Amino acid sequence: MISLSNIYKSYQTGQSTLQVLKGIDLEIAQGEMVAIMGSSGSGKSTLLNILGILDEADQGKYVLDNTLIENLSERKAALYRNRFLGFIFQSFNLINYKTALENVAMPLYYQGLPRKERIEKANYYLEKVGLADWATHLPGELSGGQKQRVAIARALAADPKVLLADEPTGALDSATSYEVMELVRKINEEGKTILIVTHENDIAQMCKRLVHLKDGVIIEDKLVQSQSPKEYV
Amino acid sequence: MFDRDRWEEIFQTIAKNRLRTFLSGFTVALGIFIFVILFGLGNGLKNTFQEFFLDDATNIIRLYPGNTSKPYKGYKTGRNIQFTNEDVEAIEKAFPQYVDYLTVRIYRNGEVRYGTHSNSYSVRGTSPEHLFAENTIIMKGRYLNYSDIANAEKHAVIGRLVEKDLFEEEDAIGKYIRIRGSTFKVIGVFQDQAGDNEERNIYAPYSTVQLLDGGHEYVDQIIVAFKPTLSYGTVLMFAEELNKYMRERLIIHPDDNGGIYLRNVAKDYQQNQQFATVLQIIVSFVGLGTLIAGIIGISNIMVFVIKERTKELGIRKALGATPSSIIGMVLQESILITIVSGYLGLMAGVGVLSWVGDTLKPYFIRNPEIDLGTALGATIILIICGGIAGYIPARRAAKIKPIVALRDE
Repeated sequence: MISLSNIYKSYQTGQSTLQVLKGIDLEIAQGEMVAIMGSSGSGKSTLLNILGILDEADQGKYVLDNTLIENLSERKAALYRNRFLGFIFQSFNLINYKTALENVAMPLYYQGLPRKERIEKANYYLEKVGLADWATHLPGELSGGQKQRVAIARALAADPKVLLADEPTGALDSATSYEVMELVRKINEEGKTILIVTHENDIAQMCKRLVHLKDGVIIEDKLVQSQSPKEYV
Repeated sequence: MFDRDRWEEIFQTIAKNRLRTFLSGFTVALGIFIFVILFGLGNGLKNTFQEFFLDDATNIIRLYPGNTSKPYKGYKTGRNIQFTNEDVEAIEKAFPQYVDYLTVRIYRNGEVRYGTHSNSYSVRGTSPEHLFAENTIIMKGRYLNYSDIANAEKHAVIGRLVEKDLFEEEDAIGKYIRIRGSTFKVIGVFQDQAGDNEERNIYAPYSTVQLLDGGHEYVDQIIVAFKPTLSYGTVLMFAEELNKYMRERLIIHPDDNGGIYLRNVAKDYQQNQQFATVLQIIVSFVGLGTLIAGIIGISNIMVFVIKERTKELGIRKALGATPSSIIGMVLQESILITIVSGYLGLMAGVGVLSWVGDTLKPYFIRNPEIDLGTALGATIILIICGGIAGYIPARRAAKIKPIVALRDE
């Protein structure tokens, strides 16, 4: 599903160049649930941005679902993001003047689906994350956990190949975190490929594979005995 | 552009972001409103000005006799100068190349009576050409003609308000009125744009007035109309020559400040025209200034709006919005708001102007108005500038990497 080979990325900070990624090789197969761990500055967010076509690598090859991601125009990048990827952010990033349902329907709008179909699909995914009753509520009226579940429904709505989550539980208390992770695991079990960037060990332990990043290189890549969040609760 | 989903999205954004919509709409509406009001008031000022100064014909030199203030050629100082019919003929003969027509005025105030009504009016003895000099408008009947002058007919042309005062609802034409004890037949009724005072005059043949006074040949004022084709410089020269000619003819010292007075309307007109031009420049400047202030206002609001939306736009991009769809959405929204509020501001401004109407006449503002072309032009300029002001930050926002936009708090 995802193939990274020899990815380099650096940032210009004034006079000096900061090398963030120093040759990343990573293969992720369909249906995997991978945690990318690392302390701050390890390059994990940069890696996720490259995977999410939110940023471009200086060097190396990135193949996503048999499509080479290279020198994309903004338009093409937007198209690929819309078709291949679903995002889950730490701060939810819901549009605050739109209801839960409208937020979930947003990627479908950019896919050009007719209105009726958008509403139908959005309702389906809201139900899937257990928020059918909250469809007409604004994000401001929802709890943190509910917001993140709306965001997950939104990420799922476009039926992407890969879900990318950037510290999805970073803004949640642990009980809520585990609920959200439970949902993410359920989605993975239905066959969706999921990547989670986190620095929390317990969250990482709930994934099936753990990639440990340090100073821009992968220092560890192992399968883990996935623990169900229920065991924590 | 005509995508129904896009419009729904825009209407929702507008409806859910009332303050933002109100701010940008209000700026545009206010800009146009003030522009229309100021421009209209400026035009009102100009209208008043034109009414004041452009009432009479402008190719006129007026000559008034007076008392001399210098002894000259054996005559003592303080001599009373008088113009006669002969002077008029002499001028006509002396300056055929300059003179278009000549006319005279003899002023007499007196009681005028019709039936039981009577009142005091000023009576002007004059000739047919006076019609052009004063821009008199005949409402009914006719003006004085040459036969009236030649036969010294007791004919009178009365002002609109004279008819109203004396005849009330009756038609004055053909009726007889008593002017200073003599019976005159009303042959015409006139109006004059200069206003009420002018419409309380009565015109009679100057020959008749002279005859009734005892048969003299004096006139109180000579009005010389020069050919309209003359250049301004030629007119000044002609006025100078005319002055010299009359002083020689009536034996007045060339440097005497008294004796004869000459008023060149063309000179006044020239100055008035310059003043009108300055007024026009001020009005245009005020309008332009308001418009620029409006443009700056809407630009600021647009920058603020885009700034406020940076994160939302980032989210949209992460969800698959293309840069062009982002720019399109922002632009369409801002243009919709500016068109609607520009229209409202325009209507409000025009409404206030027509409501004000002539109530500001005492403040020298008459019929304040703005022509539709100017108003629409200003609105369109503001809409275009609002569009440009929205486009630049929108393009920048669309270019930001979504990850940067998402970090914006």
